[in-house]
Formats: sequence, C-alpha cells, structure tokens
Amino acid sequence: MDWQAIALSFELAALTTAVLLLVGLPIGYYIATSARRPLRVLVEAVVALPLVLPPTVLGFYVLLALGPRSPIGAFYESVTGRLLPFSFQGLLVASVLYSLPFSVQPFASAFSAVDSRLLDASFCLGESRFRTFLRITLPLSWQGVVTGMVLSFAHTLGEFGVVLMVGGNVPGVTRTVSISIYDAMQSLDYGLAGRTSAFLLVLSFLVLAATYALQGGAFSPWSKKS
Amino acid sequence: MKGRGVRGLFLVLLGLALLGCKSSTAGEQAQRAVETVRVASASDLKFALDELSAEFRKAHPAIELEITYGSSGNFYAQLSQRAPFDVFFSADLSYPERLVQAGLGVPDTQFKYGVGRIVIWVPKGSPVDPQRLGIAALNEPAVRKIAIANPEHAPYGKAAVSAMQKLGVYDDVKDKLVLGENISQTAQFVESGSADAGIIAMSLALAPAMKEKGRYWEVPLDTYPRLVQGGVVMSWAKHPKAARELRAFVLSGAGKRILKKFGFYEAEGPD
Repeated sequence: MDWQAIALSFELAALTTAVLLLVGLPIGYYIATSARRPLRVLVEAVVALPLVLPPTVLGFYVLLALGPRSPIGAFYESVTGRLLPFSFQGLLVASVLYSLPFSVQPFASAFSAVDSRLLDASFCLGESRFRTFLRITLPLSWQGVVTGMVLSFAHTLGEFGVVLMVGGNVPGVTRTVSISIYDAMQSLDYGLAGRTSAFLLVLSFLVLAATYALQGGAFSPWSKKS
Repeated sequence: MKGRGVRGLFLVLLGLALLGCKSSTAGEQAQRAVETVRVASASDLKFALDELSAEFRKAHPAIELEITYGSSGNFYAQLSQRAPFDVFFSADLSYPERLVQAGLGVPDTQFKYGVGRIVIWVPKGSPVDPQRLGIAALNEPAVRKIAIANPEHAPYGKAAVSAMQKLGVYDDVKDKLVLGENISQTAQFVESGSADAGIIAMSLALAPAMKEKGRYWEVPLDTYPRLVQGGVVMSWAKHPKAARELRAFVLSGAGKRILKKFGFYEAEGPD
C-alpha cells in the first residue's frame, strides 16, 4: 500500500480542515447573522460555487492563478522564493477553495438555528459579540461545526480532479491517495489499487459512522439527550 | 410564493427535457445516414489526428469519426474491460499487441504508424536555451520544475526518464520533476509556465498551439527505447469496415505525410 500517499492525504485533509475552521467560522457567522441581504446572498452564492462547478473549472483557474505568470503566483514567488504550482501549499489553496461550502454551509445553518433570545440575553448582560459567539453560539452549534469539519476532511480526502490538474503527481508532495490509486490502476496494478481502495473505504466508513454516532448525542459533552 | 417558484422550476425542467428528446431523435436520424467510428487515441496524436481526420472526412464523407484522447495505459485498461471504442491508437505498440493476445483486438488489423520522438521544450521567455545546452538545460538553476509524463504508465514518460538516465542528468534533476497524467497535460504544464521546462512529444512541440510559444531541442533517438506507435481495430467494432478504412488511410501516403509533418518518424517493417 502507498503509505506515503495515504499519510500525505491525511495531512492535506487535516490542514485543509484547520484552515477552513479559521476561514469558515467567520464566513458562516456572517451568513447566519447578516441583515444586509444583497451582499449576504452574493457571499452565499460564491461559497456554494465549488458544489456546482466541475473540478476542471476550479483546476483550470487555480493552475493559472497560481502560476508564475499570474499576479498571485508572482507575489508568492517574490515573498517565499518558491513556486506555488506542484507544491503542497498550492494543493492546500486548491483544497480550501474546493471544500469551502462543505464547512461554511453546516456552520451557517447551525449558527442560525441558535435561539436568538439567548443571544439577546447575553448582549443585555453586557457581553461582547465575540464573547457571546464563543460562550453561546459556538457551544450550541457544536454539532454543525463538527459536521462541517468532518465533511471538509472527507471531501479533501476524496479530492481527485483538482489534484490531478494542479498537483503534478510529485511523490510525498502532491501525490495524494486518490492519485496513487489512479496511477496503480493505470499501471494495471489492480492488486495495489484494490488494497488501497479497500483501506480507504473501510476507514471512511468508520470515520463517518463515528461522526454520526457522535451527532446522535451518544458521546455529546453538552447535550444530555436520552 | 414558494409553491409558485417550484412550479416554475418544474415547467422549465419539463421544457428542457422535451428539448432534449427532440435533439436526440434528430441525432439518431443523422446516425443512420453515416457510420460512426469511435477512436481512442494517445494524446500525442491530438493535433496530427485533427488534421488526419479532416482529410479522412473529405475522402470518406459517410464515415464519422468520434475521437477521445487520453493516456495509452488508461485506454488499455479500459479496453481490457471492453470499453466502447472501435479503433485504438496507442503511443506504445505493446498495448495493442497485448489486446490482440487477449483476443480483444483483431489480429490482422494490428499496425505500426510511426515512431515518436521526444524534445526538451521551454517557453519563449525562458532564459534557458536548450538548443545550445542540450540536456544540460535541465541542470540550469532557472529550471526549477521539469514536467514529464508519468513514467509509470505513459510511454513518453518512460522515454524521458530513460533519456535522462542515459545522458547522466537524472539523479541531479529528479527532485525537480512534476508528472503529467499524459503527454498533453505535460505539455500544458510547461506551456502555461507552471513548469520551467518539459520533456514532451515532438508532435506536440510542432502543433499549431505550441509552435510559436517556445523553443525545443530534440533528445537523441538512441537515448531511449524506440517509441513505436501502434494501433489495432477492436473485435467489437460496430462498423469493422469503416474502422479498417481509417486504419488504411493512416497508413496511406496522405496519412504518412501528415504524421511526418507532426514529427513522427516512419515506422519501418511490415504491418
């Protein structure tokens, strides 16, 4: 089994999830609470784009945007002295964009389900928006946050088309497990492809089953459902 | 309000579905008039086959070609599972050979149509001059990423690695390699500037889309195994006669002329 590719995929998925937690929480909060309708609708639409667009569209733009001929690629090169395409960082950028709706949408719907009277009470007691978010909104929507994180992780793990287009298949850097399985199949090594696929299938099933069990409240640290 | 929106959407979808029905029946009628040959082709043939098929259509107006480009190894795997293609053009003769051995390709239709060549290609603005430096161009510090096709399954990738090994630069440059899924993606990596240099098929370097955009140096033919390009007609071809016509056209004088123009050497020997 291609352990290097498996480890790389997990690293990419974990980092993508971490970045999406940082980026996704504020965007989700904005979508859930913003009263300025036209702008909010636009943000929602942009966030949802990767759900609709084929990976080829994203791959096409990402490859051109990261390349040394684009302003973004040139800026990155001048700051770090390295190129973005075919690097782990470049893949991370692509993955974050690709999985954005999978974190933001569950976050936003969990936030908007929080009883607004609790928030008003907190504001009346003089708590800031940020503290209210941390102490009330976040604990009450932890299930949505976990869902968003698991979905981002799983979606990144299963990412294929974008990686194929922008990764360059460098072992240990951009050869993720999905690419490794594809390579094994193309080299007619069905044994290797089968073993890695089976491993991924079982693992994905276990992760998802554990998540749904968690969501069912079985191990919930906050809610005490019976 | 919401109900009306859903109803409107439903009507739009219904309309689209009806449109779809209409166009598909029109398509069926057109298909009855001409025979369609479904071609699976290695992507190094992309531009040569564009021109070949235009010529072929002039000579055989009743035959329609439906061409899919991809990596030869991928097509081999798909054809082993009886993928719906009638003719296979492979960048590596061994794939058609194996299909014939497996009883999937028609034995007497196996053919060689050319010998592929590889070149080191750099974009126009590159400070590196491969024509002066030869293989050493890859060692230049300005070359940070080198695109090659995946040597695990793409014939051009195997050739690139073998040439670099033979010319003694492989160990120095192996950390700069990025792998394209097939030879056209490899060309695209370097054409877009994402990679600084690439080892690609000469047929792509000579293609209209690439010709003006860069410079190349031909890698000596004796540094890598011969890339004998070959094809075969599949046993399940829907229109075997039309498929054979295409094979004959590729091997005819007109076909050979076009292949030569796109940088394929003539394949010697019978078949």
